[in-house]
Amino acid sequence: MTTTPSESATREAAEALTGVETTARSIAEAAAEPATGITGAQSLVRSLEAVGVEVVFGIPGGAILPAYDPLFDSHVRHVLVRHEQGAGHAATGYAQATGRVGVCMATSGPGATNLVTPLADAYMDSVPLVAITGQVPSRAIGTDAFQEADIRGITMPITKHNFLVTDAAEIPQRIAEAFHLAATGRPGPVLVDISKDALQATTDFSWPPRLDLPGYKPTTRPHGKQVREAAALVAAARRPVLYVGGGVLKAGATEELAELVELTGAPVVTTLMARGAFPDSHPQNLGMPGMHGNVTAVTALQKADLLVALGARFDDRVTGELSSFAPHAQVVHADIDPAEIGKNRKADVPIVGDAKETIAELVGALRAEHRAGRTADLSAWWAQLDDWRSRYPLGYEWPEDGSLSPQYVIERLGALAGPDAIYASGVGQHQMWAAQFIRYEKPGTWLNSGGLGTMGYAVPAAMGAKYGCPDTTVWAIDGDGCFQMTNQELATCAIEGIPVKVAVINNGNLGMVRQWQTLFYEGRYSNTKLHPVDAEGRPKPVRIPDFVALAEALGCVGLRCESKDDVDAVIEKAMAITDAPVVIDFVVGADAQVWPMVAAGASNDDILAARDLRPVFGEGQV
Amino acid sequence: MTRHTLSVLVENKAGVLARVSALFSRRAFNIESLAVGPTENPDLSRMTIVVDAESAPLEQVTKQLNKLVEVIKIVELDGAAAVQRELLLVKVRAPLADRTTVLQTAELFRARVVDVNTDTVTLEATGTPDKLQALLAVLAPLGIKEMAQSGTVALGRGPRSMSGAGTLRPVDRSA
Repeated sequence: MTTTPSESATREAAEALTGVETTARSIAEAAAEPATGITGAQSLVRSLEAVGVEVVFGIPGGAILPAYDPLFDSHVRHVLVRHEQGAGHAATGYAQATGRVGVCMATSGPGATNLVTPLADAYMDSVPLVAITGQVPSRAIGTDAFQEADIRGITMPITKHNFLVTDAAEIPQRIAEAFHLAATGRPGPVLVDISKDALQATTDFSWPPRLDLPGYKPTTRPHGKQVREAAALVAAARRPVLYVGGGVLKAGATEELAELVELTGAPVVTTLMARGAFPDSHPQNLGMPGMHGNVTAVTALQKADLLVALGARFDDRVTGELSSFAPHAQVVHADIDPAEIGKNRKADVPIVGDAKETIAELVGALRAEHRAGRTADLSAWWAQLDDWRSRYPLGYEWPEDGSLSPQYVIERLGALAGPDAIYASGVGQHQMWAAQFIRYEKPGTWLNSGGLGTMGYAVPAAMGAKYGCPDTTVWAIDGDGCFQMTNQELATCAIEGIPVKVAVINNGNLGMVRQWQTLFYEGRYSNTKLHPVDAEGRPKPVRIPDFVALAEALGCVGLRCESKDDVDAVIEKAMAITDAPVVIDFVVGADAQVWPMVAAGASNDDILAARDLRPVFGEGQV
Repeated sequence: MTRHTLSVLVENKAGVLARVSALFSRRAFNIESLAVGPTENPDLSRMTIVVDAESAPLEQVTKQLNKLVEVIKIVELDGAAAVQRELLLVKVRAPLADRTTVLQTAELFRARVVDVNTDTVTLEATGTPDKLQALLAVLAPLGIKEMAQSGTVALGRGPRSMSGAGTLRPVDRSA
């Protein structure tokens, strides 16, 4: 059996304490022993141990300080980040890569408000997260005390739930409830704000506490009749598409999905949040739909007579103009969150339930349809899809100015690092290229900020993923704009021994915004140039910042690549370095664009395969 | 305008009202009125929310409300199946010459005089929003100095209640 360094460290620590061989399970059991006369802070740390927390990403400060004292002696590891935003995204990356609840911690006021962006990010992408914040002493709440912010009020619209705890006796219960809420139903972030006096007070501890959540009853078991209706629609459809969203990954339903795909013979599209939920190498996988999805995936949805949406939410970046989205399709919509069903698109067959159970039952119901002799012939549909696939494959052209193609860099990175690596991206052009040109074969290998579109997500998320999966190669694919927002966490990586790899796709610009300025603002590049330019707007021959020097200053290995011939070699060089974080500065052309594209607010029918290239779909055929 | 009256049982905890109103604001749902008060169970409060269902489909409003952890149950109380009342306090200009008119109007609407002085009379009236609107329309020409009006509170007609045995059917949690 292989163990991760952190696991073995935890075990050694536990062995030293108890003198017997033990496991993570018995550590949790030991932590669950009752205790009397301990502080609220000790009760908090015992609760985290009892719930099985492996690592907390955070920064101490005044109000949370009491919690850091017992944490010092705990089996729970703490990674000292450089900015609380990094703690939040690291917890998110950890959760997305491992499927466990990510935990971050911060002090009151600015510490807590720095968690706002990662909380909003995790809320949009349904990531199970628990954030613990210190609050000013309860008697000072409401007085504009030093470092006071109403973080519970601030985070109400961006958390699944949140708590303010001012009584030490409540701490174990609130922590247990927070983890339960974060991980069950539709996952999401939960914040527990604890006043400093509650952390300092004397209290008793017992575990497990009673969960008092009378209004929380997520429906996980799908309704049998709805499932049978869905199966009947699938069996009768001539042009079905399985529209797979991130919920399938959250539910751990990829095996069930594979079974459904084989059984139906239907095409699959995997949204930005679902890349890796179904292998890209499988012939039934059409790839990613949406604003920058490929022509076949987008058009398959438009021409379908049945959409089977599984853990997807009809996001505007997928549907384009809603009124013209998939106009001929009936919709089966399966989601664990009833509020998603019918929110954007009317569902003909709504199914509320966990994706794993729902897909498994759908497979069973569909088998019954098949046994009754009801199967659809999809050969005409596949002939049409294959025709589009052959005519409109994903592709890119090399920049005319001879500069390095960013798509090529990302394509080679995916080929060399392979399907076992984890890829975390920032937001923008590089994110879309990474979603398009890397082939994902396994769940949990593609991490990104899909809903909120948080620039700066990549480096800290990669750090969290690498912490959770130390034996896996983790690449952050970042833009130079994104990278300058959160690269301070590379110092954390270097010091804590978290050897992530970062590919900075450095085009000297806020590339996606520049692309829109090119397409929609007559090339007026207002405030998108990040590199220094002369009076005529030409790049100056200096690098600000010099990412290689910056990487080295942060304790990483810095590499640079500026030509096609060096791409493979520099990636291989980075892959060979396993004991330190590595940053590669890929200096690429500024004018590469993301295609295909459905302009914001336009119909998916108006997708452009490339600039000024409108596909011809052969209307008569479907 | 399409109005719907929702009776929402919530946990009686600090911050619940903020959470509900934050939800309406965040989702751009329009509230016509909102009234919160205790219930027969000290652990629960009842919110009576009148929503403008043109701002968002009622189904979205109830589904989003049901997602709030502290919301226990939602029942729609509309039309003949429910009793709906609002409370109005209105201070009307009532010099001697007009005083009889004011008092007669109060009597017609079964309003009570709760304060009187040489210049004004303060009336207390309860009823449906329509009835109170009618009262205000009659009083307006006399001169309304100021007024305070509560949100709607409502209860379902018949023997059933929202909690306990023989309960009212909740707005569906599932789709």
